[in-house]
Amino acid sequence: MGSRASTLLREEEIEEIKKETGFSHSQITRLYSRFTSLDKGENGTLSREDFQRIPELAINPLGDRIINAFFPEGEDQVNFRGFMRTLAHFRPIEDNEKNKDAAASEPLNSRTNKLLFAFRLYDLDRDDKISRDELLQVLRMMVGVNISDDQLGSIADRTIQEADQNGDNSISFNEFIKVLEKVDVEQKMSIRFLH
Amino acid sequence: MTDRCEGGMEDLWNIAVLLLQVWLSVMIGLIMIPAMFGFSLGVTSVYIQILVKILEWATLRIQRGHREQPTLPVPAPLPNGLIQREGGSMEQEMGELRRYRTQSISRGEFALSDSFYFYRKGLESIIDDQVTQRFSSEELVSWNLLTRTNHNFHYISLRLTVIWGLGVVVRYSVLFPLRITLAIIGLSWLVIGTTLVGFLPKHRVTSWLSELVHLMCYRICARGLSATIQYHNKENKPQKGGICVANHTSPIDIVILANDGCYAMVGQSHGGLMGVIQRSMVRSCPHVWFERSEMRDRHAVTSRLRAHVAAKTNLPILIFPEGTCINNTSVMMFKKGSFEIGGTIYPVAIKYDPRFGDAFWNSAKYNMVSYLLRMMTSWAIVVNVWYLPPMNIQEGEDAVEFANRVKSAIAHKGGLLDMAWDGSLKRYKVKEEFKEQQQKMYSSMVVGMKGRKPDTSHTGLQDTQILE
Repeated sequence: MGSRASTLLREEEIEEIKKETGFSHSQITRLYSRFTSLDKGENGTLSREDFQRIPELAINPLGDRIINAFFPEGEDQVNFRGFMRTLAHFRPIEDNEKNKDAAASEPLNSRTNKLLFAFRLYDLDRDDKISRDELLQVLRMMVGVNISDDQLGSIADRTIQEADQNGDNSISFNEFIKVLEKVDVEQKMSIRFLH
Repeated sequence: MTDRCEGGMEDLWNIAVLLLQVWLSVMIGLIMIPAMFGFSLGVTSVYIQILVKILEWATLRIQRGHREQPTLPVPAPLPNGLIQREGGSMEQEMGELRRYRTQSISRGEFALSDSFYFYRKGLESIIDDQVTQRFSSEELVSWNLLTRTNHNFHYISLRLTVIWGLGVVVRYSVLFPLRITLAIIGLSWLVIGTTLVGFLPKHRVTSWLSELVHLMCYRICARGLSATIQYHNKENKPQKGGICVANHTSPIDIVILANDGCYAMVGQSHGGLMGVIQRSMVRSCPHVWFERSEMRDRHAVTSRLRAHVAAKTNLPILIFPEGTCINNTSVMMFKKGSFEIGGTIYPVAIKYDPRFGDAFWNSAKYNMVSYLLRMMTSWAIVVNVWYLPPMNIQEGEDAVEFANRVKSAIAHKGGLLDMAWDGSLKRYKVKEEFKEQQQKMYSSMVVGMKGRKPDTSHTGLQDTQILE
């Protein structure tokens, strides 16, 4: 449902979002259109229910974790800036070439930041470590009721053993990066826009 | 002084009566009588042609305006969505993600990168999903000079605004009263006519008369919407004792289909005005109206419909298996109930031209009355109807597969997207089982593929087969 798209989003805001996220002008207006169509309450912010209304997301086993990634610590509403900031993680890395005036600091969609995003989806209590418990919880979300506790436990143990290098029985961000260094993160964690 | 006033008043009254008489005779002579007998004076087609020319001019003018004002880029709606959906099935993707490990996917095990698959699918659906957009009106490629479809309009030129203003005047003050009068006449004629025919004894002539009454009324109603209907493949028209299924966009679908043949309607009995119409229709020929309580009992519904179909002289039943109005860009899941009745299925595809008026009834947003008012103040309704060859259930096919087969045929003919999602998602949450299906599929990759059936179907979050 198209709507008051460009009229409510001011040019200055679009420029700011462009600098921060690297999306192009037309991508930002289109995503704003999408944002407003999801915003059933029409108050300029999205709640968790607004996300859960998307059927394809509701049947995603990690849907709740993904939705959580949009909301800053302790908050229940996300505005358009926050929405775009989270989506920016999935911009393809090669798009950065086109946007020369991207921020001086590391762009949101760098390989490291993409991995950080994925790391945070495992790190439930945001203490910068993936503990055995957290890994078990996320595994349980992905497999549902189809695997026994014991089997899942041993899978978690094996995973931590493989990744853990400093012996604290949990996975830190650096250990996470090391384990996944051969994965084509750029391709697998990127979404191509058709313009 | 008062004499002159009174004289003036009388004159005014006479003029009013005269105007009314002229108005009525124009209506009856030029619109109703041709409508009743099914021929056209060609006024509507001329109107449509003029309208097309105006809209084309408007489109060019808007495009020119956009080129001249590059500071306001207004993105046109994308027919293929915002993003490129990549990836094959869940298995394929997981295999690629785990390539850096030495174990193959058939040995199972978990990799931290497995979750990437779910993250990407999740983000893709947040940016652009296939379902929620089906429950809102189709976005037009170019503005059609109706305020209601105005999404990104910026002032372009004086001429465009003047034409738009003229359009508003014409639509609301000329077309609208005309259409309302026709609709009222049409519906009252339906009630009166069917009641009268109901008094006659059961005879071949009576059923012919009843069909005539129904046809006349629907034709008048169609004129009441300035509907231009093009029927294709009339040789496949539904026969008596069959079941006609069509994709559902609006309540007007019934008027559109009934303009070319007589159908037995199926639905819930309502009270009020609808109830009066329903009860009088039943007097002249059998329709199938259910009480609300009966609707819950699937068996009762099926057996009544089966009885109707079995009597070979009854009119074909008209059913919309989607169960709810969709926005005419796709066909959503067909409920299997209609395909369990037995009897020959006559599929029909209905496609509206969105330039002339948005026919989609967003029942969550508008009630019936405001919807009809919007219909009557649109430019026109232009619609294509394709009759498809009759289909029967085949050996070894169950109702769900049959329903999907019919759905694909309709979607293909009408140029609509064939979707497996359930139309009831408009109002209700998706069932937990579909998430469980995903979990099960993933689990088999974690424990290894020993003893699992080979996965030949295209599986993945996008193509989940949704069974009722």
